[in-house]
Amino acid sequence: MKKTLLVVAVVALYVLHQDFWNWRTAYPLVFGFIPIGLFYQACFSVASALLMWLLVTFAWPGHLEREIEAQEREEGGDAR
Amino acid sequence: MIPAIVVFVYLAIVLYIGVFAFRRAKNREEAEDYFLAGRSLGPVVFLLSLFGTNMTAFAILGSSGHAFNNGIVTYGLMASSSGLVIPLTLLFIGTRVWALGKRYGFMTPVQMFRDRWECGHIGTVITVVQTALLVPYIIIGVIGGGTTLNVISGGRVPYWFGGAIVALVVMGYVFFGGMRGTSYVNTFQTILFMLFGTLAVIIIGSSMGGFRSAISALQASPATSALLTRERVSPLYFFSYTFIPLSSIAFPHIAIFCLTARKMAQFKKTVILYPLCILAVWLPCVFLGVMANRVTDSPEIHHKIEARRTLAAQGKQMPPEQRDEVRDEANGDDVLLIMLNRYAPLWLAGILGAGIMAAVMASDSQILALSTMFTEDIFAYYGGRRRFGERVQVQTGRLFIVIITIIAYAVALRAPATIFELAIQYAFSGFAALSPLLVAALFWRRSTKWGALAATLWTALAVIWVAVFQSHVPAPAPGQTTVCATLFGFEALARTPGGTAIFGFMPVVPMVVVSALLMIFVSLATRKPQETTLARYFPRERAALPADEERAARAA
Repeated sequence: MKKTLLVVAVVALYVLHQDFWNWRTAYPLVFGFIPIGLFYQACFSVASALLMWLLVTFAWPGHLEREIEAQEREEGGDAR
Repeated sequence: MIPAIVVFVYLAIVLYIGVFAFRRAKNREEAEDYFLAGRSLGPVVFLLSLFGTNMTAFAILGSSGHAFNNGIVTYGLMASSSGLVIPLTLLFIGTRVWALGKRYGFMTPVQMFRDRWECGHIGTVITVVQTALLVPYIIIGVIGGGTTLNVISGGRVPYWFGGAIVALVVMGYVFFGGMRGTSYVNTFQTILFMLFGTLAVIIIGSSMGGFRSAISALQASPATSALLTRERVSPLYFFSYTFIPLSSIAFPHIAIFCLTARKMAQFKKTVILYPLCILAVWLPCVFLGVMANRVTDSPEIHHKIEARRTLAAQGKQMPPEQRDEVRDEANGDDVLLIMLNRYAPLWLAGILGAGIMAAVMASDSQILALSTMFTEDIFAYYGGRRRFGERVQVQTGRLFIVIITIIAYAVALRAPATIFELAIQYAFSGFAALSPLLVAALFWRRSTKWGALAATLWTALAVIWVAVFQSHVPAPAPGQTTVCATLFGFEALARTPGGTAIFGFMPVVPMVVVSALLMIFVSLATRKPQETTLARYFPRERAALPADEERAARAA
């Protein structure tokens, strides 16, 4: 379930990148000088960072880390 | 001239950092230490250096130049999509590449491909294609360096000399410092650019009399109002661009850089903060690029705007050569530098120029990656290390750095295309089409070396075909397309002012799709690697692998 939600979130954000509704207008000007299309895409970058935080928290490939740590313990130092 | 002096001081500092890293290296004759900084980079250096590596002349000068002529669409086209796709690839591909490198000692992606798909010469073919695609990227750095020094010095430092200085400095610190030196320099450069990028927006904005009035003026003029929207590109073109950031992880210098982290946890901060770093650097560049259209009292910018108007009004009637000439005149790659010279105080223009120079010099990682690939995938693989030892291997890598820099400089002196065109049309699309190789190697156990070969050859042929097509069919005037082939009433193949369109998409889309399909179908038609090989790559099978076989593989 958690995995499905994360996949949906990634796909949804990818789709939201195609903001065709802002295509032909500069208005409203955010703070009086930032065209809405540019502001939307800047917010998209912030949303991407939030999504990455979710993915790192809930979909981190921890098994790879544990394998390397186990290998290091087994070999008593550096992985190789 | 003061800004140029500040930039020269900056170049000296950067060179010193490279030499400092050389002194700091404990095992400077060991390949892993020189090419991968001993797999020991900490979290801050890893994040900033990785980001700095992706920020090239294309990102800084190309983005503001593109925004100058095309408007705010530039940010959505490349920056925000990169902020989503690149961290995803780092999280799901980069961490796996790191773990396999740590486990089996790989230093290049091709070493992994050779082991994963049990192949030898096919790995060499992949190395050759990667090299051919990477060289233009290095040329961008030299062109950007020459352009930056030329503009910052007000034309006193000629382009050829500026390019030579930048090439020499980059060559110097890569030669001495290897990966450690390159990472330290990239970290320093990224901090510099992020600090002063915002400052540039504030100072230029206030000097222009505030952005509100500038935006109102741009909006009021029919010639510039479209720059505040995305009217100048089609939604299909915009969608196509989201395929370009797939190239990032397939670039050998990024994949190799993933191997330098001390711990896998260092990817966490990088993945989360990457979109914010993109925002911090690209937003000012794009915004200032658009604002440059209001700097009509600058003769250089005025000339560019006039050239753009001429192109729009009379471009259709012009012969192709004249059209290309006018298009070059309208090119905005140097508008950011012109604005700095005009509005920032001398000392700040120098520091900001140095910040731009920092981004321009990101070609250091590519040069080092080429050297690593040559010494590991060619020299060591074909017996060089066995016969001559590791010390000679490192020296060969250093010699290679000198040779490749000289070649890149020689080509840069003759390169006719703009920074942006070079980067997008050859390197980025090509590497995006190679990304299915990494995905298949890491996630699909049924993939084979023949699938990888088919995808690689397709990539090479597609890039050559696009280059030949664009050199034979001249670019039309802005707003026009030259339709070359139709299918069921659709425009199957067209030459656009910026490149090529296939069913309305940029070539990168069919390149990636066909590459993935070839990987799938050719793999299904050929024999997969042995179970013992697969067991080393996929956790479930690895658990069943006898401990002595696993140890033997690691030792090998």
